[in-house]
Amino acid sequence: MNTILIVAAKEFRDGLRNRWVLAITLVFAFLAVGISYFGAAASGSVGFTSLATTIVSLASLAIFLIPLIALLLSYDTVVGEEEQGTLLLLLTYPLTPAQLLIGKFVGHAAILAVSTLVGFGGAGLLIGILSGEMANAELWHAFGFFILSAILLGWCFIAIAQLISVLVGEKSRAAGLALIAWFWFVLVFDLLLLGILVMGEGRSGGQWLSWLLLLNPTDVFRLANLAGFEAVREYTGLAAIATGPLFRPYALAAILVVWIAVPLSLAVWRFRRKVV
Amino acid sequence: MTAIVEFIELGKRFGSVQALQQLTLSVQAGEIIGLLGHNGAGKTTSMKLILGLIRPSEGQIRVMGVAPSLELGREHRRRIGFLPENVRFYEQLSGREVLRYFARLKGAAVSQTGQLLEQVGLAAAADRRVRTYSKGMRQRLGLAQALLGEPRLLMLDEPTAGLDPAATREFYSTLDELRGRGTTVLLSSHVLPGIEGHVDRAAILGGGRLLAFGSLDALRARAALPLTIRVRGQWSSLGWTERIGATGMSVRLINPQHLEFTGPESVKLTALRLLMDVQGLQDVDVFPPSLDALYAHFNRESAGEKVS
Repeated sequence: MNTILIVAAKEFRDGLRNRWVLAITLVFAFLAVGISYFGAAASGSVGFTSLATTIVSLASLAIFLIPLIALLLSYDTVVGEEEQGTLLLLLTYPLTPAQLLIGKFVGHAAILAVSTLVGFGGAGLLIGILSGEMANAELWHAFGFFILSAILLGWCFIAIAQLISVLVGEKSRAAGLALIAWFWFVLVFDLLLLGILVMGEGRSGGQWLSWLLLLNPTDVFRLANLAGFEAVREYTGLAAIATGPLFRPYALAAILVVWIAVPLSLAVWRFRRKVV
Repeated sequence: MTAIVEFIELGKRFGSVQALQQLTLSVQAGEIIGLLGHNGAGKTTSMKLILGLIRPSEGQIRVMGVAPSLELGREHRRRIGFLPENVRFYEQLSGREVLRYFARLKGAAVSQTGQLLEQVGLAAAADRRVRTYSKGMRQRLGLAQALLGEPRLLMLDEPTAGLDPAATREFYSTLDELRGRGTTVLLSSHVLPGIEGHVDRAAILGGGRLLAFGSLDALRARAALPLTIRVRGQWSSLGWTERIGATGMSVRLINPQHLEFTGPESVKLTALRLLMDVQGLQDVDVFPPSLDALYAHFNRESAGEKVS
């Protein structure tokens, strides 16, 4: 356990040093404030709109941005050390491959969690104050859940990036694969589902489709935020698709946790086989 | 005496390449062993097997009594220090930060790092980023990390590669210090001069096989390689060379002032006594068979075996 924390602390300090933490925090903060301020531009005015609309727009944007940032942060976890020539030496130290990989995951996860919390959280406070919604507890619950699920979404993609980093032997290939993973989860997957839906002309019914959505962490995140809270629900038309006990926010958050655990376990398994 | 490292008919194959075969040798506690051989002779593979980075294809290996593996407990693995060939570090960290990170991982006292940096001569550059280090400085940092936690077994893969002569001397004095502490050291090298006098025994590897293993003196005696005596002087005739030739040494005239005799070590003293009486002699140099020659000899010997 201690070994994992030593590795994690080093990764986190690296993140502070090369300004990853700062950069991600600023991007998230500007994004949130910007969306809130210009969100109402379509209806002819600018100014801070309510937190509820902000969450809806922010969630849609986060789906593009968070996976990209997480993949960028972690795609070279193992292959980077390998190319740098430090992996061989590290493995001769008293730490197991699993401890090394999990330590790096914890470090990267902390970088993303701190940035998300400070970036979105700070912006949320500002918007709340400026739009006069400080007293609305349900909204804060929804916004808190948005931050939590955003962190979980980021961790999913860190785990996926780590899996990529142990599958390939070169950094450039890892970068390519990471890009493909991003395309698949963020763009292609939904297009395919839409295509199936249109070709079936709605005959096949909506229920199995909503189950298919669970196969993509970005869709799980979307469902959890857009369809989850009464305060947000009224702004979206999505709520009707996914209903049932599994489609409550915290159940969906638990599914995101599965989406972290599975790629990470695969990465550990693959890494151990690779080196031992 | 207890064996720290034991290879029993060890073999390692990478695909169709037989990197090591039928390797049997044991290293006793406190010994300094030189692993000698060309690139591809199996030196690095042997070290990786000892570290548990790779598993043997055939035979057995025991390190401090157990089969090495990456999953072994901390207590076993923290007693081993390793300096890989062409060691690399985190470029964006300073030397001190790198060493501290490794100290924490190894469970060694972080306070030890300052003294180690001093010992390898990096104290002045400790707070500069590794990015700015020269090859020799990286090598010194590599040595410092290998020494973390006072290991019982130290493995150094080409430790003097990239070091200038002064740093190489310092390295060998560190080695002698370690010998005093009872550390077992395995040292690989393909650069043979310099290593003599610092290793207790040498294992000569070639083509993945152990060609010879023993003290340098024993290896010399076994190879029975000729020694060389070079002389310089002013003489009117070369009649005296016949007397030396009679001892069994052959003569080669480099130029009228320089001659070279080669022959068996057994007649060295007889030949030298005769030389002392030669009129006009100005200088004598004696060259025992170098490690290079020994090495070439055992390689030839094994090549001969293959043919026959």
